[in-house]
Amino acid sequence: MNEREAILARIREALTLTAGKPGAHGGGPGHHEPAVSPGPGSARQWLPVVGDSFEERIALFRANSAELKTDFYLLNTREELAKLLVELRDIEGWQRIGSHSGSLTQPACETLALPVCRTDGSYDVHELEKCDAGLTECDALIAQTGSVLVTSRSAGGRALSVLPPHHVVLARREQLLPDLPAAFELVKTKYSPNYPSFASLITGPSRTGDIERILVLGAHGPKKLTILCL
Amino acid sequence: MKSFVREFITQSRHVTQELRHRQLIQTALGKYEVKRDEKKAAFQNWPAARQAAAETKWEAINHLDQHLTDFARRLEARGTVVHWASTAETARDIILGIVRDSKARSIIKSKAMTAEEIHLNDALEHAGFEVVESDLGEYIVQLRKEAPYHIVFPAMHLTRGEISELFARELGSAPTESPEELTMIARRALRQKYITADVGITGANFAIAETGMISITENEGNARLTAALPKVMITLLGIEKILPRLEDLALFLPMLATAGAGQALTCYNSLYGGPRQPGESDGPEQYHVVLLDNRRTQLLADPEQRDALHCIRCGACLNVCPIYRNIGGHTYATTYSGPIGSVITPHLRGLQDWKHLSYASSLCGACTETCPVKIDLHHHLLQNRRNSARQKPSRTEKLTFKLAAVVMNRPRLYAIVKKMARLFQPLHKLVKGSRLDPAYAWTQTRDLPTVPDQSFKDWWRTRA
Amino acid sequence: MSAASYYMTITLFIPCFVDMMYPKVGISMVHILERLGHKINYPEELVCCGQPAFNSGYWDESRTVATKVLDRLKDAEAVVIASGSCGAMLKVFYPDLFAQTPQAQNAKNLASKCYEFSDFLANRLGVTDLGARFPAKVTFHDGCHGLRELGNKKPARALLAKVRELELIEMKDAETCCGFGGTFAAKFPMISTAMGEVKCASAFATGAEYIVSNDSSCLMQVQGLLDRQKNPVKTIHLAEILAQS
Ligand code: SF4
Repeated sequence: MNEREAILARIREALTLTAGKPGAHGGGPGHHEPAVSPGPGSARQWLPVVGDSFEERIALFRANSAELKTDFYLLNTREELAKLLVELRDIEGWQRIGSHSGSLTQPACETLALPVCRTDGSYDVHELEKCDAGLTECDALIAQTGSVLVTSRSAGGRALSVLPPHHVVLARREQLLPDLPAAFELVKTKYSPNYPSFASLITGPSRTGDIERILVLGAHGPKKLTILCL
Repeated sequence: MKSFVREFITQSRHVTQELRHRQLIQTALGKYEVKRDEKKAAFQNWPAARQAAAETKWEAINHLDQHLTDFARRLEARGTVVHWASTAETARDIILGIVRDSKARSIIKSKAMTAEEIHLNDALEHAGFEVVESDLGEYIVQLRKEAPYHIVFPAMHLTRGEISELFARELGSAPTESPEELTMIARRALRQKYITADVGITGANFAIAETGMISITENEGNARLTAALPKVMITLLGIEKILPRLEDLALFLPMLATAGAGQALTCYNSLYGGPRQPGESDGPEQYHVVLLDNRRTQLLADPEQRDALHCIRCGACLNVCPIYRNIGGHTYATTYSGPIGSVITPHLRGLQDWKHLSYASSLCGACTETCPVKIDLHHHLLQNRRNSARQKPSRTEKLTFKLAAVVMNRPRLYAIVKKMARLFQPLHKLVKGSRLDPAYAWTQTRDLPTVPDQSFKDWWRTRA
Repeated sequence: MSAASYYMTITLFIPCFVDMMYPKVGISMVHILERLGHKINYPEELVCCGQPAFNSGYWDESRTVATKVLDRLKDAEAVVIASGSCGAMLKVFYPDLFAQTPQAQNAKNLASKCYEFSDFLANRLGVTDLGARFPAKVTFHDGCHGLRELGNKKPARALLAKVRELELIEMKDAETCCGFGGTFAAKFPMISTAMGEVKCASAFATGAEYIVSNDSSCLMQVQGLLDRQKNPVKTIHLAEILAQS
């Protein structure tokens, strides 16, 4: 018998004895088991509240961003977007950037007029490492948590959004989703069965609390996360 | 033979008296508690979320064979090599084999408790490979040649001063008191390692059966880099990490973050479903997933404690455990410390060697109360005690309880014993707190109450 | 004082250490319940609930003791237990201890009519104002068994709220274990002591003159440490406060 079969056999043998449902013992009479039936979309009713209108959701996304120390801008025109990018470039003194092709990233790169390390196909990691910022698009923004959903297909691979010290996300208003159940639903409807090999929910710039539980930004990933939403 | 219990007692005696340690841990976890409560309160219904999470894990674990085969099949369909390992040794051999085949020199690792469990670093280093831990806390304890102090906060027992000294000694950096600068020192030191590493090794927080993906939760981005840059990626995970559906993450990710670190969501929650796919620009050429049993199936075979396999390793039970907070993580001398460690270590490494952890508890139940997947932790400690006493009773204890039962069931005898206690009280004063004192375990640090002349029973009789 | 219109016969279970070391706790309970008009039944031959053996893993030996308790209490109308810890034993752990034995149903029946003292007053009798007066600053320690096995957080506080001239100052981590834990205190005295010290420090920081609890075993641990530290703060059982007038 190979290892796989041996393990599965042990599991099946073990499962011939049935185990009680959770909460069957202990907890005290003061703790009544809430009636729940986990299933599609059911988490929504227990997770933090999200409003119904776009205004409420964007306000929530903004509040979450502030707490996470994400710089979030809601912009009305492509001109505003271009202006802000140029400002960022000049303030931070970007010399080169990393990016991938896309309907928002393409014009942004042109505006910035800097050398670009493209991660559409194979690229040189050393080149990407030298970039001052990584410009990507995304699959969605999530109001409930202030997260950005990226995949290897939507955001130029695995490294672009994590290697450079500043991750700049270009998003559209229509991409704002209410909550986490909606985010996973999107992953499924958009990609199933041909999923990208990588997807990530990015919630704020990289951080650590490993030294005396004191928050420090930019542990290994980007120190800064900027979201520009058109 | 090494006595684990003796070592445990010596070590706990030492740590409990270290007031600096007590202070450090109380402060660190005090901050955590405030954040955790805040994030819990944001849930519309935390108790229902816990129940749902518990039921979801119950479903996953009680149909583990089905979910695991689905998980493996879907991963394989997209070019991942799935390995199965019954024991720690098999898992080490598999990983060593992959590393050798890829002609690797250096390996970058992101935090994985399963790797600690099988002592993977030792094996790799022994075979001549350089292994670098990339999680900041893990990196710090690796430099100190120590085991992680906590399953989520590996370096919580160290002050910035100690870390600064460590970095100065090991990396030649200038001393600093700033956590920010210390973090940047590590960031710089590790950057080049990512770029040059040939193999990246990660753990996993969840394994999604429905889509054949693993999910990794982290704050720093080190796991993301580990999974992005090296040409070979290996994920080592326990077979119990299964979740049936992708959407289950919508509940589990925020619960893990809330319970584990007092965050609404951890910074990066990433899904990996295979090596670099056609049309993708980066990612490993080879992706290997190693599924580890290492006696988890033994725990599975105990329906009474099977729910211990629901554990999502959030560390919440450690954080609230007054034993953990006073003796610290290293005293356990196990991979998994705190309440969950005390429950599962006897199953994973032998009941008689590790039963003392189940006895070293006041059974206060703070762990059970906080566990996001409602594992009946402190009752499992009681069951471990019962199982160990059944399997190998201590003669003196058994006799003591037998005698006590005799006395307790005979009111006259009990009355005599009470009288004797009262008579001996003045004598007790002479030896109190000394080694001659039969109650030394108590009186060494605590006074005993004076036994009053009239007991309740005496009083009751005066009324009759 | 709102007295229950129906008077019952209450069977009192006084654990061994309360009988021997803290008789005042039991006496106070008798006074309070009698003042409310109920009749007290005290089965003198019961001494111990069997928890020490149970907690140590010796379930057979525990059952020897517990069987007697079960037999003697099975016809009681209501059982009031003078300790949260022993209350948890009767109410939560007897059903475990006797599971798959001929006594299983008896254990379940008994569990349904067992009450820890404060829970009985506040929830079964619906009485919180006992007319007590206690002019002091106090802080309350939640015994773990009463709190988590029995789920009683509110009763003690509701009762204290009605005590005249009493000021309750909640301590930080009121719900953290005091470190007693039965045989644990003797098996791992250093850990138990450290936990007790943390508890005493939280209580002391409130500036209270008394640490109150509904479990004498916790108070033995806390008082033992306070005395050794020559700390003037005193411990007192909730029932003793409620009996003052
Ligand atoms: S036992 Fe529960 S609280 Fe402890 S680490 Fe596991 S999931 Fe978290």
